[in-house]
Amino acid sequence: MLWQKRRPEGPWRTCSPRRAIGSGTGKVLELRQQAFEAFERAGLPHRRLEDWKYTDLRVLMREVLPLAAAPDAAALQRAKKALKSVAVSDACRLVLVDGVLAPSLSDVASLESGVHVQTLREVLEDGSNAARADLLENGAMSGPMIALNATMATDGAVITVDNGAVLKKPLHIVHVATRSSAASHTRSFLKLGQAAHATLLESFVAAEDAKSYQVNDAVILWLGNDTQLQHVRLVADAGDATNITTAVFTIGAKARLATFNMTSGGGLSRYQGYLTFAGEGSEVSANGVNLLNGRQHADSTLFLDHAVPNCASREVFRAVVDDRAHSVFQGRIIVQPHAQKTDAKMMTRALLLSDEAEADNKPELEIFADDVTCGHGATTGALDESLLFYLRARGLSEKEAQALLIQAFVGEAIESIASDTLRELAISTAQRWLAARG
Amino acid sequence: MSLLEVKNLQVRVEDREILHGLSLTVNEGEVHAIMGPNGSGKSTLSHVIAGKPGYEVTGGEILFKGEDLLAMAPDERAAKGVFLAFQYPVEIPGVATMTFLRTALNAQRKSRGEGEFSTPDFLKKVREVAKRLNIPQDMLKRGVNVGFSGGEKKRNEVLQMALFEPSLCILDEMDSGLDIDALRVAADGVNALRSPGRAMVVITHYQRLLNYIVPDFVHVMSKGKVVKSGGKELALELEASGYAQFEDAA
Repeated sequence: MLWQKRRPEGPWRTCSPRRAIGSGTGKVLELRQQAFEAFERAGLPHRRLEDWKYTDLRVLMREVLPLAAAPDAAALQRAKKALKSVAVSDACRLVLVDGVLAPSLSDVASLESGVHVQTLREVLEDGSNAARADLLENGAMSGPMIALNATMATDGAVITVDNGAVLKKPLHIVHVATRSSAASHTRSFLKLGQAAHATLLESFVAAEDAKSYQVNDAVILWLGNDTQLQHVRLVADAGDATNITTAVFTIGAKARLATFNMTSGGGLSRYQGYLTFAGEGSEVSANGVNLLNGRQHADSTLFLDHAVPNCASREVFRAVVDDRAHSVFQGRIIVQPHAQKTDAKMMTRALLLSDEAEADNKPELEIFADDVTCGHGATTGALDESLLFYLRARGLSEKEAQALLIQAFVGEAIESIASDTLRELAISTAQRWLAARG
Repeated sequence: MSLLEVKNLQVRVEDREILHGLSLTVNEGEVHAIMGPNGSGKSTLSHVIAGKPGYEVTGGEILFKGEDLLAMAPDERAAKGVFLAFQYPVEIPGVATMTFLRTALNAQRKSRGEGEFSTPDFLKKVREVAKRLNIPQDMLKRGVNVGFSGGEKKRNEVLQMALFEPSLCILDEMDSGLDIDALRVAADGVNALRSPGRAMVVITHYQRLLNYIVPDFVHVMSKGKVVKSGGKELALELEASGYAQFEDAA
């Protein structure tokens, strides 16, 4: 089998284990080795694994590309240009270029009080900091791609927010790829102390000529009790790039999390979110929008664990699929036996704009408690002809009428973004996508 | 030149011939009523004029301001001045009424080579028109027709007529689903839009609407053709005698 351990032919064709495993010593190195072995045993995920049934990476991704070279001055220049398209006023920006944090492009010097930022590299390489090795642990969601991330992560932002700190400026992690046919692996962390409030924006973009690259990112978030986090993620990678990201949220008591993902770029993307309620009285809104055309394949897979009672969750997902693109939404919710008074709702809708567009929606609810309110819905369809005609009869061209209805379709998911700035960012991304349809 | 000339129109829907050679001429400033029983083809006529897909014209032609209307896309027809007030206006959740009105108006103006309305001018115009029709401002913030009663939906159609200032207004069974008060408000709105440069085609089953929107001409349709035309008294005759006599004549 091509994807088993035989290195000369497998996904490690182009790099030896020594080069693959990222930096670190002692416990860190040990964890990296273990993760490497875990990845090797499993190989790239394939369709016979239930969670990957619609996104067979052995077929779609085929191999893990060699690690991108660390950015030199020229790469940083290219990255700087690319940053213009994702500029957000008054944000605290942390820029990762080809997997390495670039202080010259970041706002590390001007952090708000209450925020502390280190790079993953410095944390892991700090011999005195053996306890931080846990940053590479996979936890409950071990899987080949997160294991690969643990093995190879070169850098990332490790952010802590003090108890009670209410941040005014959004934290903005920008991933810029400048190298073609290379891979970057990053892992970032955000820990909100009790009663802290923060906004986190993540952007994935490419420098002008960066093609066929791979991004493997992980972001681990801990929300303390009484915290509030607004999280927005915008994937605008190059049209032939691959983006595999794992997000892990652990939510304390009486916390409010609103997380939103919009994928409009990338030839192949998989966003897997693991959300666990670890404290009572919390609320999560996990929304997403896929805007796909050409031959894009975008997979959003959420695992939501109501592990404690009295929590509420809402998932709203919208996919707009054109040409021969393929959208996947998998939403698994588990309500544990003692998680009484759980209120969980999920709604996923796909709009197909062409005969060959495809959308797969897989809601899965495993409910083990009996005093709960749970519901889900999944629909897939085309634009309503009678609505289109009404708009056309009022003077809108076919494209204008479609654009208005498509905006209305994704509107519910986007409207959930509380921050005006971030909501506008999502709206303008959607409008650009619509305008590009012609 | 007449505003609208329908010449010997033959229309098929799926496998059935619905219009069998319908002719009608409407000039600027005129109000025409079209009456007839269910199945006579009244709605088909209005849909074909507006350009609704699914109708196959198998014969005849329609000239609007001297041009071939059937060769134009629905949005072109709207920009040229055709307005169909739908019998069952659709609901469009997620599209705010104001956004829809502004987008439509500007699309039509752009088509005609006119500049877009500035936002303050547009808002002013909409407020004036809405006030006259008793449409509250917060209704305009809601999705198009979402949660509107039948009467509110029809008033929204009249609001659009007032905003877009079409040359030809086709009112497709405006009275259906309305109580007397709602009917009066809508009819007043329509009457306020009468002008020498504008024509109306009022499609209805019942004579009552025509007490409010008094027509200059009345045509009776039966089995896909106009079988009798006359002045407004014809409507009263119909009320008295029913459609049966015309069914046999067709």
